[in-house]
Amino acid sequence: MAIDNAELIRMYRTMLTIRRFEERASKEFRGGSVPGLVHSYIGQEAIAVGVCFNLRKDDRMVSNHRGHGHLISKGADIRRMMAEIYGKRTGYCKGKGGSMHIADFSIGILGANGIVAAGLPIATGAALAAHLEGGDRIAAVFFGDGACQEGEFQESLNLASIWKLPIIFVCENNQYGVNTHYQYAIAGGSIPRRARAYNLPVRTVDGNDVVAVYEAAREVVARTRTHVGPYFLEFKTYRWYPHFESDAIPDLRPREEIAAWKKKDPIKRLAKRLLKEGVATARELEAINEEVLGRIDEAVKYAVESPLPRPEDALEDVYSTQGIS
Amino acid sequence: MRTIPYVQAINETLHQAIAGDERVFLIGAGVTTPWYVGGTTVGLLDRFGPERIIDTPVSENAVTGAAIGAALAGMRPILMHSRMDFMFYAMDQIANQAANWYYMFGGQLSVPLTIWAIVNRGGEQAAQHSQSLQAMFTHIPGLKVVMPATPYDAKGLLLASIADDNPVIYIDDRWLYEKTGEVPEEMFTVPLGKGIVRKDGKDVTLVATSYLVTEAIKAAATLEKEGIDVELIDPRSLKPLDEDLLLKSVKKTGRLVIADGGWKTAGIGAELAALAVEKAFKYLKSPVGRVSLPDAPAPASPTLEKRYYPDADSIAASVREILKS
Ligand SMILES: Cc1ncc(C[n+]2csc(CCOP(=O)(O)OP(=O)(O)O)c2C)c(N)n1
Ligand SMILES: [Mg+2]
Repeated sequence: MAIDNAELIRMYRTMLTIRRFEERASKEFRGGSVPGLVHSYIGQEAIAVGVCFNLRKDDRMVSNHRGHGHLISKGADIRRMMAEIYGKRTGYCKGKGGSMHIADFSIGILGANGIVAAGLPIATGAALAAHLEGGDRIAAVFFGDGACQEGEFQESLNLASIWKLPIIFVCENNQYGVNTHYQYAIAGGSIPRRARAYNLPVRTVDGNDVVAVYEAAREVVARTRTHVGPYFLEFKTYRWYPHFESDAIPDLRPREEIAAWKKKDPIKRLAKRLLKEGVATARELEAINEEVLGRIDEAVKYAVESPLPRPEDALEDVYSTQGIS
Repeated sequence: MRTIPYVQAINETLHQAIAGDERVFLIGAGVTTPWYVGGTTVGLLDRFGPERIIDTPVSENAVTGAAIGAALAGMRPILMHSRMDFMFYAMDQIANQAANWYYMFGGQLSVPLTIWAIVNRGGEQAAQHSQSLQAMFTHIPGLKVVMPATPYDAKGLLLASIADDNPVIYIDDRWLYEKTGEVPEEMFTVPLGKGIVRKDGKDVTLVATSYLVTEAIKAAATLEKEGIDVELIDPRSLKPLDEDLLLKSVKKTGRLVIADGGWKTAGIGAELAALAVEKAFKYLKSPVGRVSLPDAPAPASPTLEKRYYPDADSIAASVREILKS
């Protein structure tokens, strides 16, 4: 089934929103306006978009440390995201979480994690809830190649498999965990083989081709809704920038490799396709870019003008005060 | 004696310890990426090769277990965790395994392992990248826990930890890395369980750990101008603890303030206060003061962080407070 044109344009707009959001967040970070760490998602936009566009609002999604793209794709408000990155009171977490922990629980996001692989069991639990509930909601969890070496990865895949849970494990294999190549970290060099060992069906897809990602996710999501068990998707991709934004930290990956992957830009690739198939004109794409840039400016303005948290807010929200007897 | 930065003291110690004993090796995620551990591992890989400077996949639990196993089999590993927060993944191996081995097997074989645990907080990285968990480890029988505050102790305590036949949690604070101090070039040890009086005084005993020793020195200088004569004690080792040194001082001054960078409830301050009440009750002239983190997770936003972390001002305020009562 072909993807309709409006959906293709929406995907283009969202990928571009992620790209421009990350570019701006990095720029502001380097300029000193943004505190903390910023793990850029640039280069991997097609994965979040292709997967999340197949999720419903009531499906649960669990993100990781490189999560801005996942959030934007699931429909989070970029103004409140930017405000969180700026450490402002209007941010999604009131400035308590920062860049690594932005989440909008009202649209089915159950968290973003600073602990590698910790999202996998949480998403498995969300799928268990969906399973107990008996509807057709599903869970999806994003994680990197590095996360596959944690015990929680192995245990989660096994649990999801023996309980036949409605969950999709979305592995973004950008080939490195910080500077460690996955071929060093993974015995046998294959993530899919590992998932198959837990009896999960697996598909490896080009993570820089949003149409391929979308089509694979569409099929897998539909299947998962029928409660036949979990599914594992491996997306081959690459992050364009260092592990996180910082000039103090050298990127040890080969320069030629970085340059080669930049040529496989997922956004340019979609643009080319849209133009070739007559879905959009160059002018229309430029108009989308202008519109996106305008929204990013607006998000930054919102963040800058938002109030800082009050110092004493640091001591609040430790416990929920609801439902206490 | 030479004056060198703290970070260089650690680096030099690692070089000497690994060169001096073929049973010693360094293992941990990121040990071959010098910036990942703040420059402490510079030159190690080139000098000793990947056999003895072992970078690992992100598999904290198994890597910790493997270090324990190697220690049981005759090696003396130094296991690096780039942030203490990630050690929660390894808690079974640390608390159930390493800590219990010697006792549970009737004193047959101990675990000569140094776990180099780095506190890497601040910089707006929120709750999972900021923790100071010394109290938790100090709670567990079978573990020793040390916290250097100066370049001299960084070296002497690290060498003592490596030489010790028991599992030692060597807790190292990134906020100390720039600090300079006198350090002998040759190898030497600072015995585990020996504290040090950093400043003599008569009005109040101020015990500070790790980075807060630096802040306590500033606080003592401020208080001096106000006519308050602080005796500053750096325990250096939390377990075993130099009880005699602490009690002697409390008996002299009759007052006690403890400044520790962990949480308040069931923290290091609570333990030392209880000790004073238990063993020097009749000497106490006022309630004990505690400077700690508030009982809340670490926030991201700079305004919240400022409220969250204790400093020279909060230490001085606590001293003034107990002198009033
Ligand atoms: C338990 C734990 N160990 C180590 C780290 C430090 N760390 C943060 S991201 C990362 C690499 C993760 O690699 P991968 O899963 O491939 O994700 P990517 O960064 O490539 O998106 C590491 C080691 C951490 N955050 N949590
Ligand atoms: Mg990766």
